[in-house]
Amino acid sequence: MSGRRLPAWADLTLVPLANVAAAFFVSGLVVLAIGENPFTAMRLLVAGSLGTLEGLSFTLYYATNFIFTGLSVALAYRAGLFNIGAEGQAYLAGLGAALVCLSWPGLPAVVMLPLAVIAAGVFGALWAMAPGWLQARRGSHIVITTIMFNWIATSLMAWLLVNVMRAPTSMQPETPSFAAAAQMPKFDALARSFGFTVPSSPLNISFLLALIAAAFVWLLIWRTRLGYEIRTLGANASAAEYAGINTTRVIVITMGLSGMLAGGLAVNEVLGVQNRLLLEFTAGYGFVGIAVALMGRAHPLGVVLASLLFGMLYQGGAELAFDQPRITRDMIVVIQGLVVLFAGALEGMFRTPIAGAINLFRRPAENPKA
Amino acid sequence: MAFAIELIDIHKRFGTVYANRGVNLQIRKGSIHGIVGENGAGKSTLMSILYGYYAATSGTIMVDGREAHMRSSRDAIALGIGMVHQHFMLVESLTVLENILLGSEGGFWLKGGMEKLRARLADLGKTYGLEVDPDACVADIGVGQRQRVEILKALVRGAKVLILDEPTAVLTPTEADSLFDMLRVLRDEGKTIVLITHKLREIMHATDHVSVMRRGEMVAHFETASTSVEQLADAMVGRKVSLTVARAPAHEGRVLLEAHDLVVRDALGVARVDHVSLTVRAGEIVGIAGVAGNGQSQLLEAIAGMQRLASGRIVLDGQEIDTETSNPRKMRELGLMHVPEDRHRHGLVMSFEACESGILGFQHDEEYGRTLLDRAAVESGLARDMETYDIRPRDPRLTTHSFSGGNQQKIVLAREIERGPKVLLVGQPTRGVDIGAIEFIHKRIMALRDAGKAILLVSVELDEIMALSDRILVMCDGRITGERRPDQTNSRDLGLLMAGISDKAA
Repeated sequence: MSGRRLPAWADLTLVPLANVAAAFFVSGLVVLAIGENPFTAMRLLVAGSLGTLEGLSFTLYYATNFIFTGLSVALAYRAGLFNIGAEGQAYLAGLGAALVCLSWPGLPAVVMLPLAVIAAGVFGALWAMAPGWLQARRGSHIVITTIMFNWIATSLMAWLLVNVMRAPTSMQPETPSFAAAAQMPKFDALARSFGFTVPSSPLNISFLLALIAAAFVWLLIWRTRLGYEIRTLGANASAAEYAGINTTRVIVITMGLSGMLAGGLAVNEVLGVQNRLLLEFTAGYGFVGIAVALMGRAHPLGVVLASLLFGMLYQGGAELAFDQPRITRDMIVVIQGLVVLFAGALEGMFRTPIAGAINLFRRPAENPKA
Repeated sequence: MAFAIELIDIHKRFGTVYANRGVNLQIRKGSIHGIVGENGAGKSTLMSILYGYYAATSGTIMVDGREAHMRSSRDAIALGIGMVHQHFMLVESLTVLENILLGSEGGFWLKGGMEKLRARLADLGKTYGLEVDPDACVADIGVGQRQRVEILKALVRGAKVLILDEPTAVLTPTEADSLFDMLRVLRDEGKTIVLITHKLREIMHATDHVSVMRRGEMVAHFETASTSVEQLADAMVGRKVSLTVARAPAHEGRVLLEAHDLVVRDALGVARVDHVSLTVRAGEIVGIAGVAGNGQSQLLEAIAGMQRLASGRIVLDGQEIDTETSNPRKMRELGLMHVPEDRHRHGLVMSFEACESGILGFQHDEEYGRTLLDRAAVESGLARDMETYDIRPRDPRLTTHSFSGGNQQKIVLAREIERGPKVLLVGQPTRGVDIGAIEFIHKRIMALRDAGKAILLVSVELDEIMALSDRILVMCDGRITGERRPDQTNSRDLGLLMAGISDKAA
C-alpha cells in the first residue's frame, strides 16, 4: 500500500535517530547487566569523545576512516553492488602509497603527497575493479568475490611485508619509515605553527579530503550522467538494459570509484599517522564502513553523520574503557553490533510508526488507490 | 429471493486512503454477476475482503443470509467461497490430482485422500462438463485446462460461490468462449459466479447482472440485458467516453522498418521468435495479435536491441543494422523508440523522481546539460510533457510510483513519442490503464501514424489491435500464423490464428 511513505527528510534523520536510540537503549540494558550505571557510561562516552579538544580530534580522526570506507560501500550500493571488500581495497591502496614513498624518498612534499594519494586511489580502484569485472562478465557474485579478494589481500600483504618490503634490520613485519615529506599535514602541527597550543592527535588533512570526497560522491550520484546510470542500475537493472546502459562499464567504473574511496583509509592511516606500511593497518575500518553506509542510508550526508557517530563510539569507548574497567572495548563492539542490527536488519521497524505519526499531521489523500 | 452474498456499507481504508467506501452489493444465488471498474477502482480490494485476505474497516458481509466474519481465506472456503486468481496458483511439476489435493490432503498418508479425490473429480467432471486428465502433469497442459484445474480446486473444496479475477487475460477468444459456456453450466447447476473484469464485451456476453465501481464506490447496478457497453463505460469513467478511434485513411509511404527471418532463442536454446519477417511502412500501424507469451515480447525486445538475435537481419529506414553490436541506445539514436510492454520492469524506475524516469534512455541527450546533468532542463522537460499529455498530478519531482498506472504510461509515451521517432515500437500501450487514458493514448498513437511514422504495435487486447492497426499479424508459438486487414477479419478468425491454426495448415 502506498499510504505509508516517508518524506525524504524523515528518512534521512528520524529513522536513523530512532535506530540509534534503540541501539543505545539495548546497550544501556547490557551496561546495566554488567553492573554499571548506563547514564554514567553515556556521560563518559560523550564527554570523552566531544568534551575536550583532544577527544574531539581523535573522534574526527576515526570519523575520517569511516567516511572513506562508508562512502566506498555507499557508492557501490547505489549501483546495487554490495562491496564487502573495502578492507582489502584499502590494504592494497596502502601498498600503492608506500611504493611511491619508498621509491622516490627525495621528492618534495608537494609532489610526494599528491603522487602517493593518487597511487593509493589507483591501487584501491584496481583491486575493486577485478571483482567488478568478474561480476559483470562472468556473473560471479560481488559479495563472494570481494570477500575472497580481502583474503588474497591479507596473504599478499603479509608475504610482501615479511619477505620483500621489511626493513633488513627490523624484526617487525613493516616497511621502513617514509621520508618526512610523505607525512600528511597534521592539524596539531598546523595549529602550533600559528601559535596555538593544542594537544597532539593523529587528525590530519585527510579529514578535509574525506569531506571533499563526500561532496564529490553526492555530485556524482545526483548530478552526473554516470550517477544517473549507477542509480538506474541499482534501482532497476532491467530498466538499465532497456535504456541501453552499458552495465559492464557502469559496474566496473563504480567498483573502481568505490575502491578508490576505500583507498582514503590508507591515506589517513599510512600517510597521516603511521608513516610506514604495516601489517593489518586497516584494523576492520573497512568492515565498519558497511555499517556506516547502512546507517547513512547510502547517502553521502548520512555517511558523514554516521561516521561522526562511529568516531564518537571509538573515541568515547576508549575513554569509557579507561574510566570504567568493567566496561571493556568489547562493549563498543556490542554497541556497533546493535547499531548494525537496528540500522540494517531491523531498519524498517520504526518506519511504519514514524510514517503513521507524520501522516496524522497531514491532510488525507484525495485519490483512493486499490 | 435469497442472496448468495450481500455486502452492506463496506469501508476499507489503507492509512488515509479509502480503497472501498460505503460499498453495497447484492449477488443473487445462481447468477453470474459481473463487477467492472477501472484499475484502482477498488474491485480487487473488495474481492480480497470477500475472500478473507483483508478485514474491512467497517461494514457487514452476509453469506447465505447470515452475517459472516472472515479472518482468513480458510474461513471463506469454509463458507463456500472459492477464488480463481488471475495468475494461477499451480505447481507445474505436480499432476492435476496432486495440485487439487494440495492443502487438503486429509491426513498423514496421501493414498486415501488421493483415491477419494479421484472419485470426486470424476463426479464433478460429469456434473459440470469439467473433464481433465487427473494424472497429467500441469506443466504439460494448456492454459485453458489449467484454469479448469483452478475451478475444480475451488469446487472440490465445496465452493458455492466462485470468484474469478480477470479470468480471460491469458486466454484466446475461443478459450474464453468455452470458459463462459462452462460458467453457464455451473450457474445452471446452482452455483453463483462473480466475474471481475475490465473487458466490457465479456460482461455483456457472459453475465446476468453487473455492478460498476468507480473510485472505491459502487456507482451503478444493471441487469445486463438492459444495458449497453456504452452505458457501462460511461458509468465506469463518470463521463461520456468514445470507445472507437477516429481514423483517417492511411497514406502509406516508404518502408521504414524491415525484419528478415528473425530468430531469438532463450537461455535453453528454444526459439521464442521463429523466423519472423515483417515490414512497417511510414504512416502505417502494424498490429501483432497473440496470446501473451507467444514470442511477441522477445520480438519487440530483439528489434529494440535488448535481445541478441540468433539470426536474422533488421533494416531501419534503409540502413542495415549491425545486430551483433546493436543496443537500445544506438537504436534510439537511429530514430527507433520503444514503449516497452512492462513499464514497471523496463519503462520506468519506480523509485526515481518522475522527471528522472522521463529521461530514461535519453540521459545522454545534449539538452540535459554538457557535463553535469542539468536538473532544471530535466524537470522542465517533463513539466512540458505533463501539459501536453495531461499527466496528473503536475509535479515532475514526485516519485514515479506515486502516479497512477495511466499517468505512468503517459510519462513513458510522452518520452518516446515527443522526440519524434521514425519508428515506434509499442507494447501493451494500455495495460493497466483506465478507460479515460486509453482513449487519449489511442489518439496519440493514431496521430503519430498520421504524421507519417511507422508503428509496430503488440497487444493482447484484440479490440485494441482491431481499432488501431492498418494491418494485423498474428503470432503463435514464435511464428507468424497469418496476416489480415482489420476490415476483413473478426475475432473468431483471429482467434483461430492465435491458437496456431494457420492459413497454411487449413
